[in-house]
Amino acid sequence: MADRSDIAISLRGLGRDYGDRAALAGVDLELPRGASLAVLGPNGSGKSTLLRVLATLLRPSRGEVEVLGRGLPGESWKLRGEIGYLGHEPLLYEDLTGRENLRFQARLYGIDDDEAAARIESDLDLLGMRRRGDYRVSDYSAGMKQRIAICRAVLHRPALLLLDEPDSNLDPEGREAARALIGGPEELAWATGRPVTRVAVSHEPEKARAEADRVLELRIGAAA
Amino acid sequence: MTPSRRAFAAIVGKDLRTELRTMRSLPAMVLFAVTTFIIFRFGLDRTALSGSLASGVVWTTLLFAAVLGINRIFLPEREEGGFDAFRLAPVDRPVLFAAKATVLFLYLLVLELIVVPVFAVFFLQEWSGLVPLVVILAATNLGFAALGTLISSMAVNSRARDLLVPLLLLPLVVPLMIAATSATAPLLEAAGPSYDKFGTWLLVLGLYDGIFCLVGYAVFDFLLED
Amino acid sequence: MSGRGIRQLSIATALVLFAGFALVFFWVPMDADQGFKQKIFYLHVPLAIVALAGFIAGGVEGYRHLRSDDRRHDANSYVFIHLSIIFGVAVLITGALWAKASWGHYWVWNEPTLVSFLIVFLLYCTYYPFRYAIEDRDRQARYASVFAITAGAFVPLNFMAVRMADSLIHPRVFATSDGGLPGSMMFTFLVCLAGIALLWVTLVKLELLGKQTSGQVSRLRRALEAEGLGGGQEATGTVGRRIAPNLEAQ
Repeated sequence: MADRSDIAISLRGLGRDYGDRAALAGVDLELPRGASLAVLGPNGSGKSTLLRVLATLLRPSRGEVEVLGRGLPGESWKLRGEIGYLGHEPLLYEDLTGRENLRFQARLYGIDDDEAAARIESDLDLLGMRRRGDYRVSDYSAGMKQRIAICRAVLHRPALLLLDEPDSNLDPEGREAARALIGGPEELAWATGRPVTRVAVSHEPEKARAEADRVLELRIGAAA
Repeated sequence: MTPSRRAFAAIVGKDLRTELRTMRSLPAMVLFAVTTFIIFRFGLDRTALSGSLASGVVWTTLLFAAVLGINRIFLPEREEGGFDAFRLAPVDRPVLFAAKATVLFLYLLVLELIVVPVFAVFFLQEWSGLVPLVVILAATNLGFAALGTLISSMAVNSRARDLLVPLLLLPLVVPLMIAATSATAPLLEAAGPSYDKFGTWLLVLGLYDGIFCLVGYAVFDFLLED
Repeated sequence: MSGRGIRQLSIATALVLFAGFALVFFWVPMDADQGFKQKIFYLHVPLAIVALAGFIAGGVEGYRHLRSDDRRHDANSYVFIHLSIIFGVAVLITGALWAKASWGHYWVWNEPTLVSFLIVFLLYCTYYPFRYAIEDRDRQARYASVFAITAGAFVPLNFMAVRMADSLIHPRVFATSDGGLPGSMMFTFLVCLAGIALLWVTLVKLELLGKQTSGQVSRLRRALEAEGLGGGQEATGTVGRRIAPNLEAQ
């Protein structure tokens, strides 16, 4: 029996309801630390819901969920500092600049100001946003917002990355650059020495199967 | 877990910075209040007010101006797609309540610092009651802030959110208004301020503030979960 | 919660109410000041007490719902408030009738208890549009519980504040020419209070039973549909939007 601390995500019979119907039903998974998982499935099969449950944004309606050794929802609060979530929304405050958003984020995560400043600069640099970091988010294009959102998701150097269509709105250059921040576990520039587990929703099954360690396929109303 | 003080300071700082930059709430609240005074002048056909009438006019106006601010206190969170950024962070949920209530308190304070002198210039002949009035203003603001934040956080995620805030808030602030106006009326008498039952009403305000700060703090966890 | 107790409860309610009615009209002495029209108080005050107690109980159930996440507490809270609002309408109507009989106006501001009650009533009336405005059922239940708790805490504060604002003393409604509270009137009052309280409890149980039953019917229907559609592959659509909580299975 594997030592539980080697398992990043353990799901048994996970279900989540949306009103009267089940957005997720009967999902089982065991994902070791440091592995990368691709989540595939048609629209409406609950991929985003799954990620939101793992991110502690939604409570499971049924089943057992353990993330990084902690049970959801009871121990969600212990988990938050170690999860980096990138959703459909960039989660940025429109009237603040890119940098101000990231600095605010750093404070919410309890990162020391100097350390935060260093990370912000290096990450913005990796994504080519250094100059435009001081524009207001309301002036950004969708691609620029996505880049800041990516910085936001990894600012606190999490142990688990949850990425919902991370390449959306990015041009090929952006996608390439983003790999240093949210790419496969071996590509990450900031994760030296630590295993980072990666779960990503993908709409490119072939590419996903080739690159990821595991694949989870969801069907509408159930899981494979 | 991020220490609450840091998170609190970060949220208050962000909101104040945003308001200074966009000026979305305060100017509207101030303009609304001043215009309402003018309407009262003509509606009541009076150019001088004192006692309970003065008290009623100023507090009613402040209440409705406050509702404008309360409606908008969670606007940045709503724009950025719900409360997700905050909910993802390792911060105690009630910190958001405390931070937002503090921001609202500060907005109301600024509103009153501008609007009450205007009121005095428009209608009052005797100004010495204004100094003790500050105490009443502060105590009432706290109640507004706590209750307003609580109601606003519930309304922000629902349909008809602009209607819901005044609908829910107005009955709930009746005791607050009773205490505030009853304490203020003797202060604004034309013959000079009197402190009739000042202490008693202040106690009522304190009780109200205490209860709703407690309720808000305690239930906020449940309001943010999903 | 079963339907078994309801028959006994209804009978008990009817008996006590009938007894109260009889006492009011045939036994208890006439009030020295106000005469026959004072008798409406044996209806008005118990209704008010029970309605207010119901609101506060609704707040307690709201608290229990948040703590335990058990849907039944939310249903309880909803039904308690629902019935107390209906009783509240009766309070206001009987209050208006009494005011008209005593003072010639249907509404008087110098009755602090009635004014307080009106404010509380208006607040709880907002419970419905509030619930209706929230679409997600879980969130609706949670927010409704928060409302119930907030409003429950508000009730005593409100009564206190309004009373303090009004310097007029609440007229003594239980007095004979001797002054003080005579035993016969107190006894009659208590019987009426018991009757109204029993009525409230019976109606609550009836409504909760109704919800439980319709919840069971929905569950059965869904189970049948799931069978019919081959293992629940297809997502069942939401049929209409329900604002009232129901007691379906988790």
